[in-house]
Amino acid sequence: MSDDEAVDAGYDEWLDAVTDGEGYYLLCENDHGSLPPRRVCPHCGSLDIEETPLPERGEVETFTVTHVATPNFTEDTPYAVAIARFDDVAVTGQVRGVDVEDVAVGMQVTIDVDETATTGEDLVVFHAT
Amino acid sequence: MSGVRVAGVGLTAFGASPERTGRDLFAEAGCDALADAGVDRDDVEALLYGNFMGELAEHQGHQGPLMAEAVGLDAPATRFEAACASSGVAVREGVKRVRNGESDVLMVGGAERMTNLGTAGATEALAIAADDLWEVRAGMTFPGAYALMAQAYFAEYGGSREDLAEIAVKNHDNALENEKAQYQRAIDVETVLDAPMVSEPLGLYDSCPISDGAAAVVLVSDEFAAEHDLDASVAITGTGQGGDLMALHDREHLARSPAADEAAEEAYADAGVTPADVEVAEVHDCFTIAEVLALESLGLCEVGEGITAAADGRTTSDGEMPVNLSGGLKAKGHPVGATGASQICELTTLLRGDHPNSDVVPDAKCGLAHNAGGTVASAVVHILEEVDA
Repeated sequence: MSDDEAVDAGYDEWLDAVTDGEGYYLLCENDHGSLPPRRVCPHCGSLDIEETPLPERGEVETFTVTHVATPNFTEDTPYAVAIARFDDVAVTGQVRGVDVEDVAVGMQVTIDVDETATTGEDLVVFHAT
Repeated sequence: MSGVRVAGVGLTAFGASPERTGRDLFAEAGCDALADAGVDRDDVEALLYGNFMGELAEHQGHQGPLMAEAVGLDAPATRFEAACASSGVAVREGVKRVRNGESDVLMVGGAERMTNLGTAGATEALAIAADDLWEVRAGMTFPGAYALMAQAYFAEYGGSREDLAEIAVKNHDNALENEKAQYQRAIDVETVLDAPMVSEPLGLYDSCPISDGAAAVVLVSDEFAAEHDLDASVAITGTGQGGDLMALHDREHLARSPAADEAAEEAYADAGVTPADVEVAEVHDCFTIAEVLALESLGLCEVGEGITAAADGRTTSDGEMPVNLSGGLKAKGHPVGATGASQICELTTLLRGDHPNSDVVPDAKCGLAHNAGGTVASAVVHILEEVDA
């Protein structure tokens, strides 16, 4: 983080939890998943939402290999951004640990937090299992 | 309820003019719109102005009054922000104010200064239209987001990079006679396919350019047009807006744009027309895949068939329903805050007969404008019809 004082409550705690292998998501009474911080289920408006353990494995739903990045990611290119589904919730992150050419739809992944090559900021990453 | 006429339009050239300030760009478009309308600037009751990245590009907030001053309007002014649909929502608000009798004369429009940021800076600025915590911090760029939608579309309905390339080729062809366009240059499919990759499967020529520019429209009530004997033959007869969840990963369907479905449904019902009545359309092709999603949401193509519309010649200038005769965002350029209003400018001149491509649609009476923000978490659709002047 560029400024040690700046925090994003809800989000930062979630990154810490994922780093510790204790990732979670928010599940509403109608079984809709979402990511924090939230007070309302974005899918149905339910106020009854609670933290639920994130499944250990997810599956890549779609991905793109990005070659032209913003200044915060120029030294990370080329990188694969994927949307991976963990049962009730989907998450956007970068697939790490495999060549970008080998990323595929349907690939089974685990979730973790790593740093960007360009700025050292935290980011959500997926590892092929 | 009063009807809403387009009394006049003004457009700067779109392109790279990094030295020009936003206020200078909008002053040109606004003054041209007033001159085209034949409306006295003292009659303008408010400015509704769209802009997206003014804080980043010019360190300038509070742009409403700044832009009113630039055009010489002594009127209250409000800035609207909905990412790339910023001036689309400004136009929509203007339509509502004239209809409800609050105003007889309004200026609506928008401007964006982008090229002074450079490619990397503009890419970063555009990315703020996505969810910062959950998308941008993972490295998702704007082309990257549309690339995810393109991959999902290919997986669901089929299609290829060649199909997408035909859309870019079509829109470049359409811009050849448009002196306001950023690119007045024909390209071929091979050029598109061989261009550097931005975010797979989208290459440089699948992407609209980074542009500076402004657009302004003078809206008047039917009564004002009649009383002042204005030559205002084009009316905005339908308006609609839709919304969706911000982050792509929360969407039910990555290969569709339901916000645009909602906006279109509302606009068609409002105007009392159907997709079959639309004779010419300007749609938000920030990337080639975006034109596909737009055509399907608007009901101008069946779901899964928009991908081949350009290749099959249905949406080319000699096709049954030409799309993006201006060149679209792809070739005309995409100064994001100006784009929604610029579509109204292009359609107005296409319908009234003084657009460089009006001869392609000499008998057209009904046009549609589709303006999208973000990954279509915002969508605005307007129906324009030529009525008696």
